Amino acid sequence: MSGSIGRPVSRVDGPAKVTGAARYAAEFAPVDVLHVALVGSTVPKGRIAALDTRAAQKAAGVRAVITHLNAPRLPYRPFDERPEVDPSVGEPLRVFQGPEVRFSGQPIAAVVADTLAQARHAAALVGVTYAAQAATTTFEGGRRRAPKAGGGETRRGAAVQALGNAAVTVDAVYVHPREHHNAMEPHATVALWEGERLTLWDKTQWVNNDAVEIAHVFGLPDDHVRVICPYVGGAFGSGLRTWPHVTIAALAARLVGRPVRVELTRRELYTSVGFRPHTEQRVALGARRDGRLTALIHEATAQTSAYEEHTEETLSPARVTYACPNVLTRYRLVEMDVNTPTHMRAPGVATGLFALECAMDELAVALDMDPLELRLANYAERNEEDDLPWSSKELRACYRMGAERFGWSRRAPAPRSMRAGAWLVGYGMATALYPAYRSEASASATVFADGTASVRSAASDMGPGTYTAMTQVAADVLELPLDRVRFELGDTALPKAPVHGGSITMASVGTAVQAACEAVRAKLGAANGRSYAEALREHGVDRMEATAHVEPGDESKRFSSWAFGALFAEVRVDVDLGIVRVPRIVGAYDVGRVVNPTTARSQCLGGMVGGLGMALLEQADWDPRFGRVMNANFAEYLVPVNADIGELQVLFAPGDDRRFNPLGAKGLAEIGLCGVAPAIANAVYHATGRRLRTLPITLEAVLV
Amino acid sequence: MVPFAYAAAASAPAAIRHVAQRRDAEFIAGGTDMLQLLQDGVRSPSELIDINRLPMTAIEVGPKGARLGALARMADVADDPRIRAEFPMVAEALLASASPQVRNMASIGGNLLQRTRCLYFRDVATPCNRRAPGTGCPALDGENRLNAILGGSVHCIATYPGDLAVALVALDADVHIDGTRGERTIPVERLHRVPGDAPHLETVLEPGDLITAVTIPAGAAARRSHYLKVRDRASFEFALASAAVGLEVDGGTIRAARVAVGGVATVPWRLRHVEEALVGRPLSADVIHEAARTSSDGAEPRGRNAFKVALLPRTVERALRTVGGLA
Ligand SMILES: Cc1cc2nc3c(=O)[nH]c(=O)nc-3n(C[C@H](O)[C@H](O)[C@H](O)COP(=O)(O)OP(=O)(O)OC[C@H]3O[C@@H](n4cnc5c(N)ncnc54)[C@H](O)[C@@H]3O)c2cc1C
Ligand code: SF4
Repeated sequence: MSGSIGRPVSRVDGPAKVTGAARYAAEFAPVDVLHVALVGSTVPKGRIAALDTRAAQKAAGVRAVITHLNAPRLPYRPFDERPEVDPSVGEPLRVFQGPEVRFSGQPIAAVVADTLAQARHAAALVGVTYAAQAATTTFEGGRRRAPKAGGGETRRGAAVQALGNAAVTVDAVYVHPREHHNAMEPHATVALWEGERLTLWDKTQWVNNDAVEIAHVFGLPDDHVRVICPYVGGAFGSGLRTWPHVTIAALAARLVGRPVRVELTRRELYTSVGFRPHTEQRVALGARRDGRLTALIHEATAQTSAYEEHTEETLSPARVTYACPNVLTRYRLVEMDVNTPTHMRAPGVATGLFALECAMDELAVALDMDPLELRLANYAERNEEDDLPWSSKELRACYRMGAERFGWSRRAPAPRSMRAGAWLVGYGMATALYPAYRSEASASATVFADGTASVRSAASDMGPGTYTAMTQVAADVLELPLDRVRFELGDTALPKAPVHGGSITMASVGTAVQAACEAVRAKLGAANGRSYAEALREHGVDRMEATAHVEPGDESKRFSSWAFGALFAEVRVDVDLGIVRVPRIVGAYDVGRVVNPTTARSQCLGGMVGGLGMALLEQADWDPRFGRVMNANFAEYLVPVNADIGELQVLFAPGDDRRFNPLGAKGLAEIGLCGVAPAIANAVYHATGRRLRTLPITLEAVLV
Repeated sequence: MVPFAYAAAASAPAAIRHVAQRRDAEFIAGGTDMLQLLQDGVRSPSELIDINRLPMTAIEVGPKGARLGALARMADVADDPRIRAEFPMVAEALLASASPQVRNMASIGGNLLQRTRCLYFRDVATPCNRRAPGTGCPALDGENRLNAILGGSVHCIATYPGDLAVALVALDADVHIDGTRGERTIPVERLHRVPGDAPHLETVLEPGDLITAVTIPAGAAARRSHYLKVRDRASFEFALASAAVGLEVDGGTIRAARVAVGGVATVPWRLRHVEEALVGRPLSADVIHEAARTSSDGAEPRGRNAFKVALLPRTVERALRTVGGLA
């Protein structure tokens, strides 16, 4: 039987999604559900001096107005080991436990009412008086406030000295703005208590941890909280952590003795579920005349909140992307009175690659060398930082395939030398890479006498196609047609799964699904030619189930595993009007084995669209006087629309990384966003001769 | 959202009387702007009077010009072949507005009266003279990239955001109003007020005034016209700068010129001095350049919107070159 892995299978959950049968968190409506609206603070720092909830309490339909004055003290049981999605330093924001205001938009009251309209109306009636305090709301101000070590420093060789001795150098500062996930589905939580047991329907990328976090908040045994989340309408990292609104839902439901629903508004999402932090980076490169790197210094300074230290992998590209004997990286945090930033697609790596890959382009210019040649001259044959061989690396093939398809050889080297009518044309490229991780995971598989199977793991599918890929893996191992296999996810009642983030789901859950299916076959003694019905009959049962728990071995000690890519972008620039358009992007990727070319391609297309937004459109308009994101809506926070997108081409280099895991897949999610923005920024330079080092590259920056 | 009563108007006189008498009653047409303002708490009418059933949807085009009913939908006007042929800048301004979904809902009357996109106006947690008179104008020294460089005051620099009105002002269109004191007609150019020291007074309309129609005179400059809109993304964004231009050319000489601009001013902004610099001159790239160069004269940039001073003349020049066949 020919397997489905590697075939372009359509999403198995597609029909449910397009017909509306798929239910998202906010759509679960237990009997008697009430609605919650939040009141957000309007000052960035201070104390709540007085609260007037009388009018709100009297408003129609209102069941409760919850504030720090009447909320119970919650246990917030400490963790023995902090969840990996939470920052390791600091304490998460607690809800309604005191009068302190730590950022503008912090939930300071919640109104529970019969209808959402009633709740929102009453929330607007809550009167708040603040004793405001001086807040740190600018990055510069944050720098002056004690800078934090953050991730610290790494050294290989003597980079400062080597830079001083280098024949050719570039040294520049790049600025990346605060960006928001802006997934289509707003975060929502429905909470239902039955005695001391709590069920949450919550938008999350990790049901297991969500349950544990809330159990800690309320001082419950972990297994008293069940979290259900069968569908996620995009998250990009905003669903990794358990944010305060989840606690608010559980608390409100407990206080009113009825199930409640909290659904964040678009504006609230800008202060409730984290964001990609504003980051300023210096990259200094030193090279020999032949292009070989001799020194690489990459320093990043990123914003975090006053109550938690969010750090990210901004500097890992500097350490591993190229061969270079002398590398210095330095990471710092500045503390501001903002909500805590969080992981957003390709956290850190996309930010760091923007600076590194633009700097490489600047070096190519300084050397008068083709940017692609420069990358090849510095090709890293092994991970020099960890001193490990790659488990697989087909980046050379990516460069070749991408360049060929794009027509990179047609690029005239000099800036401003290519035109199409009145438009200046620019070609730019960048390298992409993202670490491939794997985690422990469990799954179960059951085969039935009617020749169907059901496979389960508490994983998540925020859009990449977990449902589909897992169904394929299971169908192949069980040697069943796809439509005979049903995969269930998103429920803590199912076998435990790791976080759906960091592109680890395929490698981790996929491996567990494979193992569970192999185990059930072994248990049945299913041999060739014998049907499951026959095998089950022989065992005298109508179904057979097996569970598997898999853990990574020591492969990460022996090999370094990364996904790779090469991005090529063409831009057209109308310099008179400052308009930049991107008629095409070509990306060639090495992601190991491609389980499903259709969903894999979709991942990369989505990444290209996101990367285009990062390059040209996305930024939070921050007003430091109020400590607020002023464009907190979809009309003024710009993300690409269809008309911005030209031709997108996705290529995959043949790959099969069995050293990394038995499926051979390296993970494909974050990589899609990597390298897109620098390829576009470099193309803008090529088109215009102007090096723009601040994202997004806006109209006014291009206007000359 | 504050609770409000809702009623569908049975007739224009009844609707006018109702809204004129009740404080805080408002008309609602397509609702595409009104609903956002309600949800953001920017407006809190006690009553919404739905005018959608009133017979004001007709689009008529004759030799003298066009009459657009106030309830004609943006999409229908933009798609009308007669409008496209006789008033290209009107169709283009509409097609460059919002998205197909919004244009299917939104009416011509509502479009003229849409409120500013100033970020502070739409965030009730911040002060704003226009929304809450006397509280101050944080846009002056704040996130004012979208704000106006022309027609502002020390009290408000909110941009008039619409596209259609810019084209209508260029073409000397009139707006027809029915009110408690009967019907009247005024130029679209006089509908909106510059903020001055009373930014909360946005138009000359009085309580109960109902826009019934817009009329646009036909002419050679209307036929040879163009609307250019410059913005960050290719669609679904308000203008950073826009130009509605029309030319009447005879034997190589410009006989009449129409130039109005959007995205840069507190009201739809006619550039008469640019028109004057064109009329009677030969149609040439140089003449256009010289005329367009002065488009930002008198501009008062305030920080993040300073780029519009350079962008505006180029936008006007590009639009004029396009319509002049010199692009
Ligand atoms: C996301 C988005 C993007 C947009 N982009 C653009 C753009 O690029 N360019 C652009 O020009 N517009 C744009 N718009 C604005 C849109 O065009 C307006 O919202 C729409 O035209 C308003 O028409 P409506 O019928 O929906 O008005 P409503 O929302 O119903 O009413 C708006 C106002 O007009 C009043 N009103 C309505 N009709 C009458 C009447 N006949 N007489 C008196 N008062 C009346 C109402 O009382 C209300 O105050 C955008 C809107 C959205 C939501
Ligand atoms: S510019 Fe006008 S609308 Fe904007 S904040 Fe100032 S007063 Fe308010």
